[in-house]
Amino acid sequence: MTCVRAENLSYRELNEVIRNTAGPCSIEGCRGQRFIAAGMSEGEITIHGVPGNALGAYLNGAGVTVLGNAQDAVGDTMNAGRIIVHGNIGDAAGYAMRGGCIYVRGNAGYRAGIHMKAYREKIPKLIIGGSAGSFLGEYQAGGIIAVLGLGNAGGRIVGNFPCTGMHGGKLFLRSDASDVEFPKTVVARRANEEDLAELRQVLLDYCAVFGYDIEELLNAPFTVVSPDEGNQYRQMYVAN
Amino acid sequence: MGVEFLYPEYEVIRSTDRCIACRVCERQCANEVHSYSAERGAMISDESKCVNCQRCVSLCPTRALKIVRSDCVLKANANWSNDTIREIYKQANSGGVLLSSMGNPKSMPVYWDRILINASQVTNPPIDPLREPMETRVFLGKKPDRMTRSPDGRLVCDLPPQLELSMPVMFSAMSYGSISYNAHASLARAATELGTYYNTGEGGLHEDFYKYGAHTVVQVASGRFGVHEDYLEAGAAIEIKMGQGAKPGIGGHLPGTKIVGDVSRTRMIPEGSDAISPAPHHDIYSIEDLRQLVYSLKEATEYKKPIIVKVAAVHNIAAIASGIARSGADIIAIDGFRGGTGAAPTRIRDNVGIPIELALASVDRRLRDEGIRNNVSLVVGGSVRSSADVVKAVALGADACYVATAAVLALGCHLCRTCQTGKCNWGIATQRPDLVKRLNPDIGSERLVNLMTAWRREIMELMGGMGINSIEALRGNRLMLRGVGLNEKELEILGISHAGE
Repeated sequence: MTCVRAENLSYRELNEVIRNTAGPCSIEGCRGQRFIAAGMSEGEITIHGVPGNALGAYLNGAGVTVLGNAQDAVGDTMNAGRIIVHGNIGDAAGYAMRGGCIYVRGNAGYRAGIHMKAYREKIPKLIIGGSAGSFLGEYQAGGIIAVLGLGNAGGRIVGNFPCTGMHGGKLFLRSDASDVEFPKTVVARRANEEDLAELRQVLLDYCAVFGYDIEELLNAPFTVVSPDEGNQYRQMYVAN
Repeated sequence: MGVEFLYPEYEVIRSTDRCIACRVCERQCANEVHSYSAERGAMISDESKCVNCQRCVSLCPTRALKIVRSDCVLKANANWSNDTIREIYKQANSGGVLLSSMGNPKSMPVYWDRILINASQVTNPPIDPLREPMETRVFLGKKPDRMTRSPDGRLVCDLPPQLELSMPVMFSAMSYGSISYNAHASLARAATELGTYYNTGEGGLHEDFYKYGAHTVVQVASGRFGVHEDYLEAGAAIEIKMGQGAKPGIGGHLPGTKIVGDVSRTRMIPEGSDAISPAPHHDIYSIEDLRQLVYSLKEATEYKKPIIVKVAAVHNIAAIASGIARSGADIIAIDGFRGGTGAAPTRIRDNVGIPIELALASVDRRLRDEGIRNNVSLVVGGSVRSSADVVKAVALGADACYVATAAVLALGCHLCRTCQTGKCNWGIATQRPDLVKRLNPDIGSERLVNLMTAWRREIMELMGGMGINSIEALRGNRLMLRGVGLNEKELEILGISHAGE
């Protein structure tokens, strides 16, 4: 494991060092440098300290582990790879991500999973251990978002206006969601056996990473949200 | 029928003397206007389906056809025009938002046509471009403010990344999906041969066109379709699309029915899935946020490619451009309100935004006043129709122009403005294989090269006439322009004098 001291490096210098490092790499004393691992295809990066915005933007296969909190725009437009955050993350995590996964132990800010997509074998996964802010899964077009509400003892696990503009993919809430108002263009229902089997597959890796017991996690009511195919915006236009 | 009836806009006039019932028109019309009546032994037409694209007219071997605008119109009214009334009827019939294609057709001022170019007489003699060297090459990107020397006294020559254009014109963004594979192939090949660039739009880059990457601008828009590391690496430059002249402030929605086959692969979304480009980038609420997207792209491509930020020309464009010039962007592209589109709500297209001529002049002045003009290059589009428009744009401060409508006209577009139907008879704005194959990329690229070669010659003629032998010496050279029929405010904004002054 190569160790990089980041205290006095700009984000550009830090990324250059990481790019030129073969094998796993550990960043010590990270002080808000942005764009760490942007576009990187390989490598395994562990971050001590706080990475700045756009961590793992356009990530293309590399692995990133943050032993603390991360800021906004984690995994922006990521295509492949895995980002693990042991603390909380800021706003707009996983914006337009198309593949790979983002696992968060703590909470997420606003607009998590916005415009997340899926394509062929690529089914991105954004799993939030704690709660998520408002506008969760806005414009979601594909992939899987799960909010587990761990450590949230019965409180609301998602903010206002989740799933606005959702037109693809699936969103799981570990809650009966009776306190959540969804837009008319989605269907929210209790997860059935099939949904739970799918969720189990998705959560196995997450549990292995954070040391949770999958049975314990699944032993709760889950709500699954998907687009209402019959109620999307269509035929709004007339040719002129 | 009855109250919902709209009389057809066009009439199909067929000369029965000339028609040989060869049925070419029938086969050529995707709108199914023409058919053969066995009973009458003659061709008949359903003009209600005609969009006046002139495909049948162009291919009729006996020149038996013409399309004319119907004179069956409502009572003349200078306030309630025929078109305005028809729009009311369409909306009353359907409850739909009016959707149009291509650029604003309304009679709004075209400032290019009110600006005249200078020529040398007696002093500072004109230059003959056929016999003397003329430079039309431009480099787009940040230019250093000053020369620097290394400690051993050598000049430091490492410039920020630049795009080299053989002439100050590029093909602007049209996505694969809005236009056909063969249209993209034509643009990519022509850009490569000409030494300029074409632009993917927000539809991703087809795998077949990666080989033209050195002459490709790849776009990143709010939907991020087809954006991934290889795509970013493939292009010569990356354009962040914030807005478009034809529809400032609104997003795009390509219905799932159009996301089929290759289009789905290139956008990297499943077949049948709606492609929604939200109106804003949801991570950009400020110049600082824009800076973050600019630098995330620079980091992902290791600072090797210039970043373009494209915005629509809107009221406060000078301040917006000033912000963009400070965001780290290398090039600002501004799209005027007459820019084309595959589909836009009519009311947005015809009523939102400002003319590119005024936007360009005020942005160039603002950046010069603030001492940051060399931080960025300026590219303008939104109805640049000729080499004269290009020369006027450069003299008003542009480094280069974007053209798209002119390019599709070269490919065969007849500006019938029904791209949104996906039934383009000229094989441009369609994905139907039988229509797409009508556009031969060998011929298409050759016609684009012809057009641009002709423009380049005309640009050199115009420059030569002014006694200017390098396009860079014309940039921002407003003394070479005069206005005609413009009021003082217009002249002030354009920064030019009136003819005769």
